[in-house]
Amino acid sequence: MTSSQRRSSAIQKTRGFSTIRKEVFPWIGYILPALLIYSVFMAYPLISSIGMSLFSANGVDGSTFVGFDNYIKLFSQGEHAVRYWGALGNTFYFFLIHMVIQNILGLLFALLLSSPYQKGSSVYRTIIFIPATLAVLVTGYLWKLILNPQWGAVNMLLKNLGLDAVAFAWLGEPEIALTVISLVSSWQWVGMPTMIFLAGLQTIPEDLFEAARIDGANGKQLLWNIKLPLLLPIVGIVSVLTFVNNFNAFDVVFAMENVNGAPMYSTDLLGTLFYRVGIAGQHPVGIPDRGMGAAIATITFFILILGVQLIQRFTRSREAR
Amino acid sequence: MANPMRSKASSIASHIVLGFWSLLVLFPLWTMLINSFKMRLDIYKDPFGLPLKWNFNSYAVVFKDSNFLRYFQNSFFVTIGSILIILFFGSLAAYALANARGKWVKWVYFFFIAGMMLPIKIGSIRLLGMVKSLGLLNSLGSLFPIYSAMGLPIAILILTDFIRTIPIEITEAAIIDGATRLRIFFTIIIRLMRPALGTVAIFNLVPLWNDLWFPLIFINKEENKTLILGVTRLFGQYQTDWSKILAALTLSAVPVIILYLVMSKQFIKGLTAGAVKG
Repeated sequence: MTSSQRRSSAIQKTRGFSTIRKEVFPWIGYILPALLIYSVFMAYPLISSIGMSLFSANGVDGSTFVGFDNYIKLFSQGEHAVRYWGALGNTFYFFLIHMVIQNILGLLFALLLSSPYQKGSSVYRTIIFIPATLAVLVTGYLWKLILNPQWGAVNMLLKNLGLDAVAFAWLGEPEIALTVISLVSSWQWVGMPTMIFLAGLQTIPEDLFEAARIDGANGKQLLWNIKLPLLLPIVGIVSVLTFVNNFNAFDVVFAMENVNGAPMYSTDLLGTLFYRVGIAGQHPVGIPDRGMGAAIATITFFILILGVQLIQRFTRSREAR
Repeated sequence: MANPMRSKASSIASHIVLGFWSLLVLFPLWTMLINSFKMRLDIYKDPFGLPLKWNFNSYAVVFKDSNFLRYFQNSFFVTIGSILIILFFGSLAAYALANARGKWVKWVYFFFIAGMMLPIKIGSIRLLGMVKSLGLLNSLGSLFPIYSAMGLPIAILILTDFIRTIPIEITEAAIIDGATRLRIFFTIIIRLMRPALGTVAIFNLVPLWNDLWFPLIFINKEENKTLILGVTRLFGQYQTDWSKILAALTLSAVPVIILYLVMSKQFIKGLTAGAVKG
């Protein structure tokens, strides 16, 4: 018996609870405040957004039921569809870069930091994690200045090295702006996967390595046959976190470009599109279309649920521990 | 065991890798800090070196002609207030969920935990409407309930788990002595829970302090802006004067960085909580 089962049965014996009412009633006062706050300010807005997406609500108070019109517009009609598919594609690209960088660098750093021969490991660890404590807005602004084509430190450095040819307007060219922003954001968050992988490595029992070493396994074999397979579920956790955060990203584009995803919508993400359509109101109308915004949010909602399921299916260890 | 020559070579290689990344992390922060003390035009001449002449004026200006202290105060108030709400109501609920019996416990628990995967931003349009009809638009009061709702899922996950590990013997004696549940909660459980409460607090501290989204969509009134929202205003205002922008950025980043450096272990543990355990 676990201690919680033992505790519950102890309470049961002392108090003699039997009916469901007696099971629930004494705890209501404990749960209710949290349940209320959470239901009213989180569950309700999330769920009712789905309903909202079936209405046309771009007037001040008028709203008419329009069925799936908002979705049809988003997916297939004119300007709406162009922006939606553009933002969706950009968001996937943004996510992909994070996945590659975070998993590879995170894993690499974690393996290096966990080596028993590594000196100064705790200093490195502290430094690698610093950016993850900063506001996305602040790092975005900071990199925007650093990448400024005339006065930024990066181009100044490149020009001093005689590399004028590659001193691009990093945030001004539609072909590279999104990649640059994705890299800045990856720079900021790489400490997260590093620490998660590191914690994962530390839970692998030492005897597993001992046994393998006695059997004559070398470092490479330890890595490929023990460490990496055991870290696969953690790749899943890192991917889920990255996925959920990336599909909501807004701040980094807001800081480094603007809410229009400049230049020429090349950095427009679902987060910025949602803000423009549903909250701020778009040029030239300037009035938010709440129904359409809710439709964007609802699709994101389902993408998140589906994506999380998929990632977990692919990365769950064969035998759940 | 591994051959010492090889482990030395690989240790040098890993110093190179980790050292390179550390430089990449520190370089932007260094340029931010150092250039905030330069005269406006000196930044463009030499963005990397120490200032020729230390200039503290940018900081003075940021403080003088903006509501910087006010922003700071607002952020502090909202962040700490929300965390206290999360900790108090979260631990009460967790105490019940860890001890109550019946199928409903599982349902309620999963209902809470589901909120960890689904970002509340998705419901922003509805929230904006709610905030308006509650008359909370433009006030800090709009942020507390939403931040609290955001923090409750992780609080309940961590705290319920933690309370389940408290050995029954500790509370058994009190039950036999006739102490009420509420009494046991306040005298015994809360005290034992301190480390877990710390983890929950840090998990929420950084994202709440750094949040841009909700202040941006709810608050337009100058005196009620949070620090991060205030920084967006200063960034626009000082567009061409980098030393002032950098001073503002430094001021907004420094409190968290200092706190992080003082207790980096707890920060790393707190911010990766939820991912690491389970």
